[in-house]
Amino acid sequence: MDIIVCIKQIYDLGQIKADTASKRPVTGGVARKISDFDKNALEEAVRIKEKYGGKVLALIRGANDAAKEALAMGADEAIVYNTDADSLGTASLLAGIIQKMKYGLILCGEASIDEYSFQTGPRLAQALGIAVLTYARKIELKDGEVIVERDLENRYEVAKALLPALITVTREINEPRIPTLLQILGASKKKITEISPQKPEVGIETLSTLAVEMKRKEIILKDVETLARVIISEK
Amino acid sequence: MIFVFSEDDETAYELLAIGRELANSLKSEIGAISFGLDGEEAYIFCGADKVYSIQLNTGYPSELHADIVVDCISSLLDQYKPDILLIGGTRLGKEVAPRIAQRFGVACASDCIEFSLEQERLTVKRYVLGGRFISTQRFLRKPQIATVPPRRFEKKLDKNRKGEIIKVSLKPAGPKVQVLEIKKKAPELLKIEEASIIVSAGRGLKKKEDLKLIESLAGVLGGAVGCSRSIAADLKWLSEEHWVGLSGHKVKPKLYIAIGISGQVQHIAGIRESRTIIAINNDPNAPIFKACDYGIVGDLYDIVPKLTAILRKRV
Ligand SMILES: Cc1cc2nc3c(=O)[nH]c(=O)nc-3n(C[C@H](O)[C@H](O)[C@H](O)COP(=O)(O)OP(=O)(O)OC[C@H]3O[C@@H](n4cnc5c(N)ncnc54)[C@H](O)[C@@H]3O)c2cc1C
Ligand SMILES: Nc1ncnc2c1ncn2[C@@H]1O[C@H](COP(=O)(O)O)[C@@H](O)[C@H]1O
Repeated sequence: MDIIVCIKQIYDLGQIKADTASKRPVTGGVARKISDFDKNALEEAVRIKEKYGGKVLALIRGANDAAKEALAMGADEAIVYNTDADSLGTASLLAGIIQKMKYGLILCGEASIDEYSFQTGPRLAQALGIAVLTYARKIELKDGEVIVERDLENRYEVAKALLPALITVTREINEPRIPTLLQILGASKKKITEISPQKPEVGIETLSTLAVEMKRKEIILKDVETLARVIISEK
Repeated sequence: MIFVFSEDDETAYELLAIGRELANSLKSEIGAISFGLDGEEAYIFCGADKVYSIQLNTGYPSELHADIVVDCISSLLDQYKPDILLIGGTRLGKEVAPRIAQRFGVACASDCIEFSLEQERLTVKRYVLGGRFISTQRFLRKPQIATVPPRRFEKKLDKNRKGEIIKVSLKPAGPKVQVLEIKKKAPELLKIEEASIIVSAGRGLKKKEDLKLIESLAGVLGGAVGCSRSIAADLKWLSEEHWVGLSGHKVKPKLYIAIGISGQVQHIAGIRESRTIIAINNDPNAPIFKACDYGIVGDLYDIVPKLTAILRKRV
């Protein structure tokens, strides 16, 4: 059974600074990496492949270095593209690519850590008309069905669906592997296909993105006695 | 028409308060979507003009399933063509909102913290890039769908409000997902969002037993114990209810004391609206000192017991 993993390469958020005058994020020169939960999704796909067989295809929004990393981690093949889109556009675009493929499972992160919108997985499943199981912390396959343990607010839920299905994974599901040198070298033989999808539909426009003003006093106190006094006056 | 839905009643009431303001400026009505449970009058008291009480022919499932919610709300949207749909940002809400949006080929804005109307178009603000930036976004088409974090807005109750409860009979398609088992998490007595003082522990603690230091300080101050992600998710020394930050609880106490917490962006994202932030950390370069009002550089094992002793005498 083949597994598709949707991956987004994002800026290393810790490195993004705000321009002092405009308050806009400065992304020039900032390193990029695979979004955290997407590594968990890829790791899980590779583990499922190791257990049940099949192939893992990484579908990546980003550059070749992300594709190489995904291949080194165990994906068999990668498709990369670099089109800007909102969640509606992204899901429609991914659905367009995936529709023509054969697959048993699609794995996504529960959210990408820059947007943190939790949208792409559920939307993609909706667009493809397949079952979706969100917030997975455990995945098993049995007789053409997938059984997933989901982490919800006040409960864990064990649920199942027929394949093909889409699953979004939590960070708790596994510890992503760090590829060995051998795996990194081996990855260079695997196939990377670059595609350029058409400009997708847009549902929302971003008017501005500005740094959150931090109006904190930043006063360093010298001793515990003063600290206690501050606490009493602030409580 | 503005629709609101949350399976969590409190969140639904909060959405109604936001919806009410938007409805007033649009001179339109608000409909609360409910799945035929008790207490629908409360929706009216909290601002709804109409309650669409969905009666499932299939009987009410013990746990409301996302597939059913998507199907039922979509039918209502087809019929009533609302301008705006607000959904509570619970885990269920965060799944169904984008699915409904995809079905209608429109946008959905997640976890919105501010709403306004510009030429009758909904404009929202939301945190992006790890919570250090805020984006202002405007919808291009209707229905304009947004999710709202629970406990972010205040409900407004008026027991004299009048409204109408409309029963809607729907027969959703059978769900694609079947629930086999539900394991309840241990119920949490703590509601960290409600605490006015929070004393929070981070990785600066060396072992689980040392949480006692944090608990005694919180005890003396009559506050709640919070923690960073590391303590709740990696070490599991405290339950999720204590977890503060972008992926944990967003809190706004009068006083937040961060002890042995470095102050990474994702933690700060959860405490940004605290009135006063105090940090105790032994690294003068820890980012928390750039995000606090008062800080003290030093070993928490030295400072916290002394501080607790002084406060015990004075408060
Ligand atoms: C998508 C995503 C979501 C996240 N969500 C959250 C979230 O919701 N909440 C959250 O907290 N994190 C979150 N994180 C993780 C976050 O990035 C940090 O890793 C985490 O907050 C670090 O926890 P910490 O400050 O306890 O530990 P550390 O970063 O290890 O900091 C420990 C601090 O303790 C200090 N210290 C050590 N010993 C002592 C001592 N004896 N006395 C005084 N100080 C001492 C050190 O100087 C250090 O500053 C998220 C990360 C991602 C990628
Ligand atoms: N542009 C994209 N290309 C491929 N996968 C994506 C893209 N955006 C989001 N995803 C996937 O969808 C998940 C949720 O992202 P988001 O909806 O942005 O929070 C991510 O963890 C990825 O698995």
